[in-house]
Amino acid sequence: MVDIKWDRIIVTGEPLITMAMITMILTVLGVVIALTYFKKWKWLWREWLTTVDHKRIGIMYIILGLVMFVRGGIDALMMRAQTAVPENTFLSAQHYAEVFTTHGTIMILFMAMPVLIGLMNIVMPLQIGARDVAFPHMNAISFWLTTAGALLFNISFIVGGSPDAGWTMYFPLAGKEFSPGVGNTYYFVAVQIAGFGTLMSAINFTVTIMKMRTKGMTLFRMPMFTWTTLISSLIMIIAFPVFTIALLAATLDRVYGAHFFTLSGGGLDMLWNNLFWIWAHPEVYIVILPAFGMISEVVATFSKKKLFGYHSMVWAIIVISVLSMIVWVHHFYTMGVGPVVNSIFSITTLLVAVPTGIKMFNWLFTMRKGRIQFTVPMMWALAFIPTFLIGGVTGVMLGMAAADFHYHNTMFLIAHFHYTLVGGVVYAVFAAFGYWWPKVFGFRLSEKIGKWHFWLFNIGFNVTFFPMFFAGLDGAVRRAYTYSPDASYAPLMFISFIGTLFIAAGVIAFVWNVIWSIKNREKLACGHDPWDARTLEWATASPVPEYNFAILPEVDQIDSYWYAKKRNENFALKKEDIKPIHLPNNSGQPFIMGIIMFFAGLFFVFELHIPAFIASGCFFFMMLLRSFTSYDEGRYVNPEEVAKKETSWREVS
Amino acid sequence: MTEKRKFPISHIVSYLLSVGLTILAVFFALGTNLERGTIMTIIGSFAVIQAGMQLFMFMNMTEGRDGWMKVTHTIYAIAMAVIFVIGTYYVMTAGHPIM
Repeated sequence: MVDIKWDRIIVTGEPLITMAMITMILTVLGVVIALTYFKKWKWLWREWLTTVDHKRIGIMYIILGLVMFVRGGIDALMMRAQTAVPENTFLSAQHYAEVFTTHGTIMILFMAMPVLIGLMNIVMPLQIGARDVAFPHMNAISFWLTTAGALLFNISFIVGGSPDAGWTMYFPLAGKEFSPGVGNTYYFVAVQIAGFGTLMSAINFTVTIMKMRTKGMTLFRMPMFTWTTLISSLIMIIAFPVFTIALLAATLDRVYGAHFFTLSGGGLDMLWNNLFWIWAHPEVYIVILPAFGMISEVVATFSKKKLFGYHSMVWAIIVISVLSMIVWVHHFYTMGVGPVVNSIFSITTLLVAVPTGIKMFNWLFTMRKGRIQFTVPMMWALAFIPTFLIGGVTGVMLGMAAADFHYHNTMFLIAHFHYTLVGGVVYAVFAAFGYWWPKVFGFRLSEKIGKWHFWLFNIGFNVTFFPMFFAGLDGAVRRAYTYSPDASYAPLMFISFIGTLFIAAGVIAFVWNVIWSIKNREKLACGHDPWDARTLEWATASPVPEYNFAILPEVDQIDSYWYAKKRNENFALKKEDIKPIHLPNNSGQPFIMGIIMFFAGLFFVFELHIPAFIASGCFFFMMLLRSFTSYDEGRYVNPEEVAKKETSWREVS
Repeated sequence: MTEKRKFPISHIVSYLLSVGLTILAVFFALGTNLERGTIMTIIGSFAVIQAGMQLFMFMNMTEGRDGWMKVTHTIYAIAMAVIFVIGTYYVMTAGHPIM
């Protein structure tokens, strides 16, 4: 089984990889030196690494997601640079395969998921008037497992070799027969570890929404973002176990010589495709539904109107969630399973357009006759609608099985899913950053730099991906590292490369916006409700105190807070009403569990069976330890402290 | 809790039924000369009955304020599992023979 070349474990010889390695080492050194110099180690441990506060965990998730966004973005730049001109030699075929594999995996699993789960963590408990998620300790474990998975995946290209069979990891290519190195094992193990974290988050959020809504907050009074969080979590609970088992089977194939998906020994390689897409199709809906929720919040707030068709919105996401489970075959129509199966899945696929269309019209009708404010978050929401529409309409084209034989595996498909995932998720996330930033930090992001970010990114995005539709129709296949100078689509590929430079400039503008705004935070400081918003997260101080609400709010309708403001209700707080607030204690256990899982994963990747079992044993020991230390009763925030903090946004008498 | 605790008659009945079903399953598996497929069908259906009984009797499926929610979730999850399993079998075998 083991054919690992131990003397060549560190990848050398590729100048780009060596550069990346040096950069990584310097960054880590820089962080360590800075932490030591400013004596911040204790602060880091006490305030962040051991925290169980849902807001801080959310921030850490988002930082992880943004770092991964940069990593995946550099991968994307390298790919576009390689294919900018025909027969380019910037990247080798092998290196190109590694880059598109990590780009896909990182962007979906280590960028989109952490950012969305981070935003859910921060916003959802506030929107339902809760003090925390249902299981704060487990929340921290989720985060550290996700981080362990991300870290494991990211060291692969330096230690042992990068995965190189596409983010879909189709067998038999991904198996030992055709990819003997450790690269692809990294994928199966790292994604598995991150998947544990995601599944735990999903259970956590579901229980939180089911059990911890404040008084009067019935299901049909919940804000749309909370609804989408709930439905996304339910999809995760249904879809992730399928992937867990598929990954486990694949790991057994690679590490222990099983024959689930191999060509020899009675394996069934296409079963991997089938199981992968049973998970991966719901997965793309898991990431798009919260984006729909964010857009709903932003559109309603900046149109100064109630969300149009609230009930139809909710039913639309429920129907989308069910449909998401019964369309998976449309990812492999060309497998050759026959016209009957393809037709059935074609019909279910086209049905998805119906509830999605309902949502589109609801956003448009929310804006109709509204007093629209063109803030940066609203601009992202406005740009979201046409870009996502293009993605959706081309999705319908791809959904038709007969036509798909022409589009399959071309740049047309790449353009389609980038229009839905970037034009959908990333636009919504940028809208959400601008929208909720003041809630988390107490000051706004700069509108001026935000507009630079918006226009650069938007122009860049469309210049990059719109030509790909035509390149694809002209026959440009995806995942090809180069093409002939005679290819008619060569100029389109070059235009596409120019577009990515604009996107990169847009992302730099975003980073600059964050840095500039932090520097000028006094100038940009704002009250607890800068947007005159509608939902409960704005009914407390900014930044949100650790206990969230001094007294849990009560609601009697949708957007209750907005109507309370319109009625000029008095939000003043009486001192005698404040009771001691119970909060959970911080814990170092989740962090340690993350480290253990990282090493367990690393040992599995390198097929060091005994250390792998010992590390796994340590993980179970930590779980056992938790059962004996969970009598920890937490701590209380005393009323005087609460009263002092509450004076930052309302009268306390 | 002011509710009066009733004698758990339903729990005892279902406990005895569970034990009975298990013994029956053992009997069919070891004590009869039926075909393998028939035995599997019979003990499989026993398993389903027993699982259903446990859900309602011991796992408090329908109890509590949000009982309907647990029922909805369970039915949804089972339906999805059935779709995945039957769908996978269908996709892997229908039309063009792959297996």
